[in-house]
Amino acid sequence: MAHSSSQSAPLDNQFAVSSGRKMFGNIMTALVFSCVAIAAIPLVSILFMVITKGLGGLTPAVFTDLPPAAGVAGGGFRNAITGTLITCLIGALISVPFGVLTAVYTIEFGRGNKLSQFVSFCTNILSGVPSIIAGLFAYGIVVLATGTFSAVAGGIALSVLMLPIIIRTSEEGFKSIPRDTRLAATGIGATNFQSVTQIILPAAMPFIATGVTLALARAAGETAPLLFTALFNQYDAKSIWEPTATLSVLIYNFAISPYKNQQALAWVAALIVVLLILVVSILARIVSRRKVY
Amino acid sequence: MNPSTRPNSASDTLENNDIVIRTENVSIFYGAFQAVRNVFLDVPKNNVVALIGPSGCGKSTLLRCYNRLNDLIPGARVEGKIAYQGVDLYDPKIDPVEVRRRIGMVFQKANPFPKSIYENVAFGARINGFKGNMDELVERSLRGSALWDEVKDKLKESGLSLSGGQQQRLCIARTIAIEPEVILMDEPCSALDPISTLRVEDLMHELKKQFTIIIVTHNMQQASRVADMTAFFNAEATEGGSRFGYLVEYDKTYNIFNAPKQQATQDYVSGRFG
Repeated sequence: MAHSSSQSAPLDNQFAVSSGRKMFGNIMTALVFSCVAIAAIPLVSILFMVITKGLGGLTPAVFTDLPPAAGVAGGGFRNAITGTLITCLIGALISVPFGVLTAVYTIEFGRGNKLSQFVSFCTNILSGVPSIIAGLFAYGIVVLATGTFSAVAGGIALSVLMLPIIIRTSEEGFKSIPRDTRLAATGIGATNFQSVTQIILPAAMPFIATGVTLALARAAGETAPLLFTALFNQYDAKSIWEPTATLSVLIYNFAISPYKNQQALAWVAALIVVLLILVVSILARIVSRRKVY
Repeated sequence: MNPSTRPNSASDTLENNDIVIRTENVSIFYGAFQAVRNVFLDVPKNNVVALIGPSGCGKSTLLRCYNRLNDLIPGARVEGKIAYQGVDLYDPKIDPVEVRRRIGMVFQKANPFPKSIYENVAFGARINGFKGNMDELVERSLRGSALWDEVKDKLKESGLSLSGGQQQRLCIARTIAIEPEVILMDEPCSALDPISTLRVEDLMHELKKQFTIIIVTHNMQQASRVADMTAFFNAEATEGGSRFGYLVEYDKTYNIFNAPKQQATQDYVSGRFG
């Protein structure tokens, strides 16, 4: 009897959500959504500003011409684009081998031991080091030693900033590989070298590639460590041992300049940096999508 | 332990006296903890030897000592002598990598490399410095593990795309490809369905013509189906409460299952415990 009546009767009062609780739920949902909106404001407004102010000046000349002198119209910053690519490349050439091999040690051979714990601790600290300190470091060991500002000095400063990112992501990659896979390689007589180079590294490659692209994206936008390492150059640097223009330093120089044309170029350069980082981040997403494990 | 008190060693009664691996008074320690105690066990050539027993009796631990995989566990230590064709495997001059190339391991969980089916098999041969016709070796190894017909049209696909049973046979093919003399199998069928299990068991009958196989299994029917020799291990608690494993009885499989000499073996194979 009770059974049939409970089926046909409207929802019993004791199961109805009280209006107070319902309202509380709605308020919290609204709160969370507005927080999301607020968090998106900086990103959206930066993109909006950069695109509206930079897009108008985006002409082929930007990629082919040298920076204009004060008060001169037109011009571009081909030297800054190549300079950013070169300093980032130097940074990557230094930090990728060191970073990946460090992760090979901490995960594959020294997992949990004192030395690898110490290295992980240092990596954490390094990732928190202000970028200007990295610049100071490169200034001290390269600029003072060679007597000149250069792309190499800039690249070394950037490599210090890239290193912890690459170590972290490589470590994540190695950790994702099951213990069984390592045992399989060892169990049929692979040496440590063979199992690392032929099994572990290829399997962790999507992670490493993600780390490298993220590190590059970070490095491409850094200004402080380049100010007194790569410095700036009105012209194309003839070698990597000369002061070198970079996009970020060009933005810094031109944004505070009183000349309209240079200010406009700073916006274009900002747009290109943002686009560069966007492209690199998308690449990172694509390579990390084909994860093995 | 005095050799005269060694537990029923069957080697005296074997017709085939060509012993590949001799296990003489082997004890295995993890730090101060003794996991396996005083094992004597001789493995005859071209036989399948099954190690059975309840969990924690040290059969997998012993198996891993035969190709020095226990070296990877910090604090693991072997006492006594494990001799492969007369050579002490734990002699300091012995290179464990070389040992593992002669004595390959197939694991409980199929663990193909994240590479193509072809590369999974070729990997072992390559690291071994194989110079011959790789295509031919891959085909021969895959045929050897009864997988060729299922994968011959998709050798480029990832080894991880195969089913569990196929993956395990791929792992066997990979081990065959290094052309070892002994294959160790650590519960190779425990994660497989009955049909895949049957295929792997059939495979073992084929493989033993060419290789010597030591298999750890929880499945007594499996031991009785595939093994020529069976070793029954048991675990016992010490006063301190920790457990150690030891060899109770080692004999022809038929004898272990039908006429065991030890009461513990009788109890275990008849399902009274374990």
